[in-house]
Amino acid sequence: MLRLSHLLGTENLTAEQISFILDQAKPFQEFQRHPLKKLATLRGKTVAVAFFETSTRTRISFTTAAARLGADTMALQAESSSLKKGESLIDTVRTLEAMRPDGIVIRHSSSGAPEFVAQRLEIPVLNAGDGTHEHPTQALLDALTIRDRKGGLEGLNVTILGDILHSRVARSNIHLLGKFGVNITLCGPAMWVPRELEKLAPRIRTTHSLEDGVSGADVVMVLRVQTERIHEPAIPPDEYIAQYQLTPARIQLARPDALVLHPGPIVRGLEIDSAVADGPQSCVLEQVTNGLAVRMALLYHLIGGAPADAPHPAKDRSNASD
Amino acid sequence: MPVVEKRQLLSAEEIGRTLSRLAHEIVENSSGAKDLALIGVRRRGVPLAERLAQQIRGFASVDVPVGTLDITLYRDDLSQVGSHPVVQSTQIDFAVDNRDLVIVDDVLYTGRTIRAAMNGLFDLGRPRRIQLCVLIDRGHRELPVEATFIGRKVQTSDTEIVEVRLREIDAEERVMLVDRVP
Repeated sequence: MLRLSHLLGTENLTAEQISFILDQAKPFQEFQRHPLKKLATLRGKTVAVAFFETSTRTRISFTTAAARLGADTMALQAESSSLKKGESLIDTVRTLEAMRPDGIVIRHSSSGAPEFVAQRLEIPVLNAGDGTHEHPTQALLDALTIRDRKGGLEGLNVTILGDILHSRVARSNIHLLGKFGVNITLCGPAMWVPRELEKLAPRIRTTHSLEDGVSGADVVMVLRVQTERIHEPAIPPDEYIAQYQLTPARIQLARPDALVLHPGPIVRGLEIDSAVADGPQSCVLEQVTNGLAVRMALLYHLIGGAPADAPHPAKDRSNASD
Repeated sequence: MPVVEKRQLLSAEEIGRTLSRLAHEIVENSSGAKDLALIGVRRRGVPLAERLAQQIRGFASVDVPVGTLDITLYRDDLSQVGSHPVVQSTQIDFAVDNRDLVIVDDVLYTGRTIRAAMNGLFDLGRPRRIQLCVLIDRGHRELPVEATFIGRKVQTSDTEIVEVRLREIDAEERVMLVDRVP
């Protein structure tokens, strides 16, 4: 059993819980190949999908995951909502809660917003990305992608490349991979890869040289430059491209069978060259498919059971298929 | 939950003979195993389905495909259990459309598992026919579900449990009737 009330981040998940979630994503990966992709498992349940920040993949992924499980969704999208009229986060969330959803998926530009909401609501809260803090489902789907391709996580050399400082994807991945004996390399411009980040996991190093960072990597995770989160002067794009763009020549420095991951959206020609993004080592589309499976597994386990102290249904339990 | 064994229903040998008879009945009923496929319901329906296929290969020289079906996502009681049970894989590597399917499970009881299994199969396509093969039919149906191929019919009370042990899963091989200790 998962025994998790909320999914706020990977930092506080145990390796067992993470492995459990990845294992449970498997049947949902298979499910995506069914001709009829509609279960009744969460029929009658409602999932509030509250995105206070833009998103393509995560929002559609969560919404589709809920729908395929048979649940209904309540969709909040910040641009077209009363947040523009000045309504506060907690009022928005309480409004949604008054319509009795069974769970809420939330993305917000403030780090800590999902935890704030989780402390005030009775229903499970799933973090779809909060500020620069965590994006746990991204790290889980990245781990699933790597695990499927490489057979496991232990002992792999994973390089995270780019704007690490502002990246919640990087943080969630660092926390997760750090629990599985992964050798983590953080690589990027000095202003975006401070040495302090080395405190986040046991086997981790920082480097500002792309050649050094990518050499010998089993996995290179490329990050987007988080221009919407950067308040200090940015590095000029030409300079970034010259020093840190992942090109076909540069990916050769990694192991020959190295994987290239990117959480999306890709800015072609900036952090990554199109040839690499579309090349044989790229797992970008696989990541998206795996994201759906991971989110279905999470919604299935977090939403819809009876309270832990509810009496068990009577005789169905004996001779139920186990 | 503490239980006490009341009596043995099938010995290892009897399980073997029963499966052999069921395998013959299935083939007889299917006009030569054309389009036949077996679907084992997790967990114990799976080794039973595999053994039936092996038997059929032996005496009829036909390779009947075997799929495994996990019904967890199709259960009707999920909002009543404390936390959602672990989901296992469903693995059916052949098309279900127009197939003559036989669902295989160890015990038929309320019928809810089989209702769930049928829902699972309909998500995969449109079989021509679905029949049910069980090792034990213990009565107490709560839905209109019936088995065509039955190993043994057993009268049971509400508190009793039919325990099936198969060597692939349990390291022993027998079927017992046990009762809950009050």
